[in-house]
Amino acid sequence: MTMTSAPDRFPAPPRIAVLGAGHVGPVIARVAIEAGYQVSIAASGDPAEIELIAQVLAPGAGPRWAADAAREADLVVLAIPLHKFAALDPTLVAGKIVVDVMNYWPPTDGVQEMFEDRRYGSSEIVQRRLARSAVVKTLNHLGYHELDDQRRAAGSPDRRALGVAGDDPRAVDVAAELVDRVGYDAVRFGSLSAGRLLEPGGPVFGVPLRRADFELAVHAQAA
Amino acid sequence: MTTAPSDAVTASAAEAVPFPLILGLDTFGDVTHDTNDRPLSHAQTIRNVVEQGVLADQVGADFFGIGEHHTDDFPMPAADVVLATIAARTDRIRLGSAVTVLSSDDPVRVFQRYSTLNAVSGGRAEVILGRGSSIDSFPLFGYDLADYEDLFEEKTSLFAELLKGGPVTWQGKTRASLHEQDVVPHTESGPFPAWVGVGGSPQSVIRAARYGFSLMLAIIGGSPARFAPFSQLFRQALERFGRAPLPVGVHSPGHVAVTDEKAREEFWPRYLEVIGRYSTIRGFAIPTKQSFLREIGPQGALYVGSPETVAQKIAANLTALGANRFDLKYGMGGLSHEALMTTIELYGTQVIPRVRELLT
Ligand SMILES: NC(=O)c1ccc[n+]([C@@H]2O[C@H](COP(=O)([O-])OP(=O)(O)OC[C@H]3O[C@@H](n4cnc5c(N)ncnc54)[C@H](OP(=O)(O)O)[C@@H]3O)[C@@H](O)[C@H]2O)c1
Repeated sequence: MTMTSAPDRFPAPPRIAVLGAGHVGPVIARVAIEAGYQVSIAASGDPAEIELIAQVLAPGAGPRWAADAAREADLVVLAIPLHKFAALDPTLVAGKIVVDVMNYWPPTDGVQEMFEDRRYGSSEIVQRRLARSAVVKTLNHLGYHELDDQRRAAGSPDRRALGVAGDDPRAVDVAAELVDRVGYDAVRFGSLSAGRLLEPGGPVFGVPLRRADFELAVHAQAA
Repeated sequence: MTTAPSDAVTASAAEAVPFPLILGLDTFGDVTHDTNDRPLSHAQTIRNVVEQGVLADQVGADFFGIGEHHTDDFPMPAADVVLATIAARTDRIRLGSAVTVLSSDDPVRVFQRYSTLNAVSGGRAEVILGRGSSIDSFPLFGYDLADYEDLFEEKTSLFAELLKGGPVTWQGKTRASLHEQDVVPHTESGPFPAWVGVGGSPQSVIRAARYGFSLMLAIIGGSPARFAPFSQLFRQALERFGRAPLPVGVHSPGHVAVTDEKAREEFWPRYLEVIGRYSTIRGFAIPTKQSFLREIGPQGALYVGSPETVAQKIAANLTALGANRFDLKYGMGGLSHEALMTTIELYGTQVIPRVRELLT
């Protein structure tokens, strides 16, 4: 598949740090690199341990310590298990756009007290703890095994839509541009609380939908 | 945009060492239904699995594996007992777990049980170790899901020590330490084959290489070809750890019937029912006819169809993945024992010879 990159709407594309080198992290790193971004990747420890993973699964992504990767980036993708989030130092990502791809689903994650307050979506709780970052929820509701294959050039009739939700409009723009350049239609939501529509058990979780169908599905649910 | 691996990767994949082709069958002991579509008892389901294993041997499958599960749909917590029964009635087929949930088990006990199976079967035992995506065993045995990484890492390291044979010295946080401990029964002729089942975590691939286990890719959804970089990652990691090449296998679900249409018609309603139920539990979308047809097509992970259709798909994916082993996970809750016996027979008598033909 070949894709023409979207025109540069940002003079300098944001530098991306992907935290997490498990199922999802390397795939996000790869598709971001292929969309023209500069990307680094980190796990919780020594970058030497993920060197081969970066080299084979996301060629071009520099393996880093998490703190270094985050410091040098404009946008940090959180692709770590939710139960590890409480141990993440918020100052690492202060002043950054944080793309939260984490999901909370107690039957598979176990019960996490911090995320049990049902009035809030998991990304709102993440935002509350990362008070000095602009959190955007996206890329959480498609499987890591789909992320690669389902990319399509802008305008393709079967292009899949992904939700992009956040309170900070500029951060939502940047994340939506990332989603679009990678190969998906970005459907914007102007608040993190709307991000609950993107969660497990919700109307679009794990469902490949084109923009029109995506919008129908979330409106039906929100109504 | 391409998914082409780097040059370094391609070079090492080309040097892939040929291992003998292995074509096996796996079951999770999915509860079967009788002719009135009523579920059979757990006990009858287990007895049927014994018959299925014996038939797998008779029709020429290389391996019969049983996946540990702890639910009403899959009453299969003691795979080794069932495997030992099959061992007593066969003398050729290899027998193993697919997988053993090592995270919530004691590696010493796992070693003892499979080393015992190896003894009674005359050296035909294998294990496939898994971290356990089937989370039912964690609460059952009092483990915290949040510890799954650490549990698997530690227990894999101990299992690797146990397999070497000889007195074991080991220290960790998840079980009592061992000091110069002799663990019996000793194996007769070195370690039995051990694999690590990997669902999509590259860190698990590296772990398998680090401890010298073979790699079993569990591909249960999406395009199989996207796993090709995992075989490359495995080969490169083995090299980096100074280990000799080791085999790579693929485990995927499917169903074989005389025609494509019959296979689809038998499998789809059961798939919808079982996978639909699990999707609800896990927060995923319920499968649709469209998503199902994608999965059974060339770009999907399911092997549902006539012997020819299934054989073509197996051969194509083994080639694409640089793998030398394929285990078909047959069965789906609600199918009849008779339908499963047909799948096994067609797999052994038609699919296996055809795949061998296609790959030589
Ligand atoms: N699986 C999917 O299809 C999918 C799809 C969308 C979203 N998600 C969400 O994405 C998240 C990650 O899932 P996964 O399946 O990729 O998990 P995973 O395979 O368990 O991998 C988690 C990764 O996070 C790293 N990590 C943990 N703490 C870290 C820290 N403080 N800083 C940097 N890295 C850290 C781990 O590295 P170490 O091993 O070094 O600790 C590991 O590489 C989850 O919240 C999940 O809900 C998953």
